[in-house]
Amino acid sequence: MQKTYYDPADLRKFGKITEWSEELGNKFFEYYGKVFEEGALTAREKSLIALAVAHTEQCPYCIDAYTKDGLQRGVTKEEMMEAIHVGAAIKSGATLVHGVQMMNKVNKLDG
Amino acid sequence: MTKIKTQSLHKRDSDLAQSNRQLEILSNGIFQNGELPTFKDKISETNQFPLKAKKLEILQINVGYMCNQVCEHCHVDAGPDRKEIMTRETMQQCLEVIKNTGAHTLDLTGGAPEMNPDFRWFVEEAAKAGIKDFIVRSNLTIIRANKKYYDLPEFFKKHNVHVVSSMPHWTRGKTDKQRGDGVFDASIKALQELNAVGYGMPDSDLRLDLVYNPSGAFLPGDQMSMEKDFKKALMDDFGIQFHNLFAITNLPISRFLDFLIASENYEDYMYQLVEAYNPAAVANVMCTNTLSISWDGYLYDCDFNQMLELPVNSKVKHISEYNEDLLEGRNIVISQHCYGCTAGAGSSCQGVVA
Repeated sequence: MQKTYYDPADLRKFGKITEWSEELGNKFFEYYGKVFEEGALTAREKSLIALAVAHTEQCPYCIDAYTKDGLQRGVTKEEMMEAIHVGAAIKSGATLVHGVQMMNKVNKLDG
Repeated sequence: MTKIKTQSLHKRDSDLAQSNRQLEILSNGIFQNGELPTFKDKISETNQFPLKAKKLEILQINVGYMCNQVCEHCHVDAGPDRKEIMTRETMQQCLEVIKNTGAHTLDLTGGAPEMNPDFRWFVEEAAKAGIKDFIVRSNLTIIRANKKYYDLPEFFKKHNVHVVSSMPHWTRGKTDKQRGDGVFDASIKALQELNAVGYGMPDSDLRLDLVYNPSGAFLPGDQMSMEKDFKKALMDDFGIQFHNLFAITNLPISRFLDFLIASENYEDYMYQLVEAYNPAAVANVMCTNTLSISWDGYLYDCDFNQMLELPVNSKVKHISEYNEDLLEGRNIVISQHCYGCTAGAGSSCQGVVA
């Protein structure tokens, strides 16, 4: 049994999820592939969105994958860091905006 | 002024300066224990082994390993400390072949080919043969390295040379990291000078193409998208124009192999190459229509095999005994570095192949 929850080599095995549920696995990868195709957004823009979400989701596999994907597309480290800040801003904003709920509750309970 | 980053592996007496050591690494480990298939096994899956040389289209001549730069990932291990330079005698032998070849492209490379003392003489003579596409692979900074090179754009123009130049990125940081401090600024200046004499203009016959190869342990992105990004950035920031961008994969040999091993990226990189293997690219790999000639006149299937000292599998080994008919149909010499030319859309000195 491995001693850590994450192994970088497992990323290469992602495709194997189809082995235990072929239909759903294939549908997922087909959908995934389609999402990242050039569309109204460029593949480059999608890659940066994926990188930001990879961080907010704190998925180490996705962080590895979309850092490399960005480099392959010529994305600079400054662009990558800005994208992550967008994710971080939304994440912290999402926390803080709940402060309004807290304020509402305080106002209701304690005038 | 460009600043040289380091010394060649040869100068440093590195183990990896030896081609047999590189070949050993490429055959051992993950390829020996069966974790990854060898290139031979992989192309055998689609009955593409042995790869055979087709009709010659491109004659690529390496006129010497001397260079004014020491780029981090150079597959030639070129640098100012390399003294292997093609002599005029060997050039004369090459000229005989150039006059009689059926190839449509002549491709001069190095090192910095311009540093060969007989470079201009050779270009003048070779241009007379009237080969359709006459390429010089210029690293750009050589044009700004010394005043004796300042007129190179005019010289290239005079002989209708097709200039192909390396440019790893449109930003200073990424370019200088790979190629040395100051390389980006010197390259920009050189590109502007090439533009000024007519190179790279949309309707110009003076061809100026750029070569992009990744700055690290990752594969190149889509060539068309990269070209679009390069064109926009170079135009917006510097008013520079060029024709096409060739996206080239770094092959795991020489200084790039050294980098992969030192940065513990070797296995991951080989996995990337094997996973991106594209059988459609195999049909068009450049070794099947190219012949590479080394500074001392020996013949190889490609520039990479030249650096690995894997000569052509033919009775004809040297330019002095050149015979195009005998070379056609030869079996191409392969090893695991060949995965670099078959990954994704494929890779060649002219960019993607599939």
